[in-house]
Amino acid sequence: MAVKTLTIDDRLVSAREEETVLDAAREAGIHIPTLCYLEGVSEVGACRLCLVEVAGSSKLQPACVTKVAEGMEIQTNTDRLQNYRRIIVEMLFAEGNHVCSVCVANGNCELQDLAIEMGMDHVRLEYQFPDRQVDLSHDRFGMDHNRCVLCTRCVRVCDELEGVHTWDMAGRGSQSHVITDLNQPWGTSQTCTSCGKCVEACPTGAIFHQGSSVGEMVHDRARIEFIATARQKQQW
Amino acid sequence: MARIKFATVWLGGCSGCHMSFLDLDEWLFDLAAQVDFVYSPFMDVKEYPEGVDIVLVEGAIANEDHLDMIRKVRARSRLLISFGDCAVTGNVTALRNSLGSAEPVLQRCYIEAADLHAQIPTEPGIVPPLLDRVTPVHTVVPVDVYLPGCPPPADRIRAALEPLLTGNMPHLEGQQIKFG
Repeated sequence: MAVKTLTIDDRLVSAREEETVLDAAREAGIHIPTLCYLEGVSEVGACRLCLVEVAGSSKLQPACVTKVAEGMEIQTNTDRLQNYRRIIVEMLFAEGNHVCSVCVANGNCELQDLAIEMGMDHVRLEYQFPDRQVDLSHDRFGMDHNRCVLCTRCVRVCDELEGVHTWDMAGRGSQSHVITDLNQPWGTSQTCTSCGKCVEACPTGAIFHQGSSVGEMVHDRARIEFIATARQKQQW
Repeated sequence: MARIKFATVWLGGCSGCHMSFLDLDEWLFDLAAQVDFVYSPFMDVKEYPEGVDIVLVEGAIANEDHLDMIRKVRARSRLLISFGDCAVTGNVTALRNSLGSAEPVLQRCYIEAADLHAQIPTEPGIVPPLLDRVTPVHTVVPVDVYLPGCPPPADRIRAALEPLLTGNMPHLEGQQIKFG
């Protein structure tokens, strides 16, 4: 197990060679914003919020899927990155129908928290107001596509932790959406075990417990962490 | 120095932001001592006056009256504050946008959901026609300060107004810019 030494925000940091820049930063107490990243499942680098600057490269790199290297020089919070991150969050808000005031996750939402963190007091882009569906066919859970940010956390927890793969992606571009089984109502899914991991993993109010009202949806992330630790380290 | 001319305007919103304004309680006395209240749904003034210094605009732009009013407000005001989530984002007022245009909204509300005498109200000159798309205030006229929240709590309204009374621009951050 080789150790690499790198610089993050002008601080010397050491990390194991298999670690990512995000791992190394977190261990050093350096905050990099994330959205699609979820501890315990694979990284996909989809949301681009964790983009960082790497000295010697004009390309920004997503910290969650970039492995550490010897002598690497990373900047995590430059003006350029802050600007891009705010635009990314604004694009997410403009692209879906995110109405915090009537959302089950109001006050417990990672998208809402990111907007606060990025200083987003309004959205400069044109709202798209897409026409999207709500699936309430499952006995216990609901899926509101208006609130989905396509992070694919539900897909990954279902596949990697529950081992079921009920969720997947369909469509392209602005038509992209998550589906259950063969793009059928969730309640008719023959694979779903109703374990609820997707509900806990969802960063917004897109997947929720039926019957919860505004602000009542609390994500129990500790449940996901417990299962991930149990699987990876055989500790429980 | 002349006293600050202060106004509040109510467009496509539920008036909850104005209710929250009343939650300022005793600070309203301090405010009243420093500004001239020149126009508001709380007052019986018909015409939006010229030369307003600070205006709080609640609500999204949802019908033709709102459109005329916000242009007049912008032309006659120095500093325009988007007051609450409907003004800032469209919020609940804009939920109807996914239906596509005004016509299906009217059909849904006044025909399909009607118990008795289903008809779409048309009174030219009295009932303003709905716009096909509800939009936030800043998509129609420039906005100087954004005050999010549904409604913005009283302390947040105060945090936005207090610096303006002494000629400074407010800078809201953290929980003070939380939507919802």
